Amino acid sequence: MTFYQSIAEGLFLAFIILVVLGSLITIRAKMLMKTVLGLAVALLGVAGIYFYLGSMFLTLMQILVYVGAICIVMIFGIMVGYTPTEVAEKSIKDWRNKFLAVLSAVTAFLLILVCVLKTHWVPVAAGNRDFSAVHLGHEFLYTYCLAFELISVILLIAIVGAIILARGGAGKTAVDIPVEEKIAGVREEKGETTA
Amino acid sequence: MISHHLSTYLIIGVFLLIAGIYGLIQHKSFIGMLVSTELILNGAGVNFMAFNRFLAPDPAVGQVITLFIMGIAAAEAAIVVSFILAVFRKYHSIDPDEVDELHG
Repeated sequence: MTFYQSIAEGLFLAFIILVVLGSLITIRAKMLMKTVLGLAVALLGVAGIYFYLGSMFLTLMQILVYVGAICIVMIFGIMVGYTPTEVAEKSIKDWRNKFLAVLSAVTAFLLILVCVLKTHWVPVAAGNRDFSAVHLGHEFLYTYCLAFELISVILLIAIVGAIILARGGAGKTAVDIPVEEKIAGVREEKGETTA
Repeated sequence: MISHHLSTYLIIGVFLLIAGIYGLIQHKSFIGMLVSTELILNGAGVNFMAFNRFLAPDPAVGQVITLFIMGIAAAEAAIVVSFILAVFRKYHSIDPDEVDELHG
């Protein structure tokens, strides 16, 4: 192994550690903001892994779309819908939830691990090794044109629907909800009647 | 040379999947569950890219599917965040246990 190869392997290990640490922060953090920041760390690690899998374009898209857009949307959701960061301890429920979570996660991990390690993967004999964005764009606009257009329509519908839902129904406009009411709604104790 | 083996990437994908499942079950808020869903979707993306790199005859297919997953995830995140806002406005809580009008 040459010098450069060992540097590459070290970087790959660093990306794996980013993924693992980020996921652990995501699932173990008590505060919601830390949860989302852990997700951002894990997604950065996944972006690095995409780079090692040969796709520069997807690396950039991962950082742009996931870290740059989706995490921001989630932080926005946290800041608008304020919630107490420390949820009141519900000891019995909590214990049962943790047990179920560990059980299902360990079972799934062992089953899939056995499948991965026992299968004999057969690589293709020869093929096109063109990972460039040019080839990707050709595939998008020729072979997968219909799916590409459908995705854009889905995104459009989702965003329009999200705006309508967040505004409080199709009949309402943003002007109908006074600012004081919004703030009062946020500050109100649970159980009181809604405005 | 662990970066040249298919199994390494598959195990990373499996780890993301089980982290997502674990978080989905034990998180006590809708936003935590949404975050865990993103982890699961990323595990799927890593899997597709790994098979694309090592086994697929045409290396564009896996990238196309991974980009579709990203698009779906973006749409899903936008929808779910607006759901959370609507639920919060009605119930003043984002705890899934408190939103129990249907007695599920």
